[in-house]
Amino acid sequence: MVIMQIKQLSKFVYELQKEGEMKLAPRIYADEEIISVLKSEQTNPNNSLKQLQNLSTLPGLKGTVCLADVHLGYGAPIGTTTVSDLKEGVITFASTGYDINCGVHSLIVPLIAKEIQGKKKELAEQLFKDIPAGVGIGGKLKLNKTEMDDLLEKGAAYVIKQGFGNKKDLQMMEENGKIKGVKASCVSDKAKERAGDQVGTLGSGNHYCEVQEIEKIFDDKAAKAFGLKEDGTFVSIHCGSRALGHQIGTEYLPILDSAVKKYNITIPERDLVCAPIESEEGQNYFSAIKAGSNAAFANRYVIGVLVKRAFEKVFEINEKEVKTFYDIGHNTAKLEKHLIDGKKRSVLVQRKGSTRGFGPGNVEVPKQYRKVGQPVIVGGSMGTNSFILKGTKKAMQDTFGSTIHGAGRSMSRTQALGQYTGEQIVQELAKKGIIIKARSLKGLPEEAPSAYKNILSVVEIMHQAGISTKVAKLKPVICVKG
Amino acid sequence: MHEHFEHKADIGIRGTGNTLNQAFEKCAIALTQIIADTNTIQPKKSHIIELTGTDNGALLVSFLNELLFIKDKKKMFYSKFRVKLGKETIVDEKGNVKEMVTLKATCFGEKINRNKHALRTDPKAATYSELFAGEKNGTFIAQCVVDV
Repeated sequence: MVIMQIKQLSKFVYELQKEGEMKLAPRIYADEEIISVLKSEQTNPNNSLKQLQNLSTLPGLKGTVCLADVHLGYGAPIGTTTVSDLKEGVITFASTGYDINCGVHSLIVPLIAKEIQGKKKELAEQLFKDIPAGVGIGGKLKLNKTEMDDLLEKGAAYVIKQGFGNKKDLQMMEENGKIKGVKASCVSDKAKERAGDQVGTLGSGNHYCEVQEIEKIFDDKAAKAFGLKEDGTFVSIHCGSRALGHQIGTEYLPILDSAVKKYNITIPERDLVCAPIESEEGQNYFSAIKAGSNAAFANRYVIGVLVKRAFEKVFEINEKEVKTFYDIGHNTAKLEKHLIDGKKRSVLVQRKGSTRGFGPGNVEVPKQYRKVGQPVIVGGSMGTNSFILKGTKKAMQDTFGSTIHGAGRSMSRTQALGQYTGEQIVQELAKKGIIIKARSLKGLPEEAPSAYKNILSVVEIMHQAGISTKVAKLKPVICVKG
Repeated sequence: MHEHFEHKADIGIRGTGNTLNQAFEKCAIALTQIIADTNTIQPKKSHIIELTGTDNGALLVSFLNELLFIKDKKKMFYSKFRVKLGKETIVDEKGNVKEMVTLKATCFGEKINRNKHALRTDPKAATYSELFAGEKNGTFIAQCVVDV
């Protein structure tokens, strides 16, 4: 077993030492406990540090950052951001993965916690009824190939035109709910066919729709700009591009596998298949990722509207009174401008289980949030807190404007399944006042709170490191799952 | 034999057997086991999958992902498989002769019914992570990590 060397740079910042074929020394945001776990995992040949080391050998790499929610992925650890030169770099499958633009769409509801508590059961039933979730469940929209092309090119704007929501909401989404420059032909007819009935569906696994109480405000100025108040109500919807992303990945995996051989790229493990960004394969894959990203924006937006309508039915408020707060992705590939070797230039940024968290003043941040910084919604597990953070100038300098996306797993799914039953979890969380509505109780133990790291610690690391600072803490009230 | 193996975020699936065909069959069962208890899925209808790949590992992943495509497109899943692996020689557009591997699988199952089947989780896709399809110490193994 080869033990990798980690150097501590400051209280919460470490560096994996450059050795062998590594192009650079990746930075790791962690505390002593996380570093200890990462080191101990090295007894398994497939471990997060090994994946981080492998990732750092890719050509044209200009930066690799590993965040505090790091855990094992496939090819690349979850919780990493890689930055690549456009001419010399590669676009890597593992750094975006199958769930393209998985992320969080969030809402602010004009009701206080007491009002929600009064009709909690009714709201839970309504959401469970209205949100399509779980294996084999289709959505309200059924799109043919031409309609799918339109969706892939227009993103959330497409579903708004179909009668969901309002175009004013687009400015409250990363990329305004649409990444430009999609060639719908880069996505196969088979993928469009597979995903035609999945727009507005939640999926299953770690995807969820959660009604939350705004339990505590840490930053009054940011909370005011964000429109958050203690005792208020928030909704987080976590899901991605669904089967479209899966099929895009399925079809591009062998293409990238061939590209590695064609362009003589040395990769330490097969699961790091990639193509030069400038190559035909690389450009097609990038376009397909953009298409998948737009599908995810549209998907989450539709679910958001279904949630707004559920509140309308239960509380007799108008759907329009429930505001779209923000929509962020955490499995993405984008062109962004960052400071590289002292100069600001365009690079490819791939985030896998890592959220964009741009600092104040950045034009990408919606106008009403711009003075304080971009909102970052960090989801906890069922039964634990979630957080709203804000991006910082320090993040722009040190992490290419990137931060955590969640708590990160600490236990494997098979281990978690052996510890609890779905019924036990539902009962335990009910004692804490949290209603869980799940289409499958059998899959629930995999998402048990104890299967994840302590989110309070993970958030605190990024806060203390000045990368994304705390604005509000959220407490789960209702969680709907597939 | 089919089984799941440890992975922190996702699930490892493995099939073993006396032949590689058998290992593929068992691996497919292990995939379906992520979605539902295969004992609740009756082999009522059959579907044939035919694929080509550059090597057995890539072929395994393509096969597993095709099963997931059918799950979404036809709302069908399968509990029993008959797999036949082979080889073929092709000439590509540049005139290069290539040896490819082929798969023909007959899959037996039924429509997804949440009132009947003990549904669990909806996997995203099979990956190239911890991918192996071949022989080790006299046993044939087909395995990979599945993104859940």
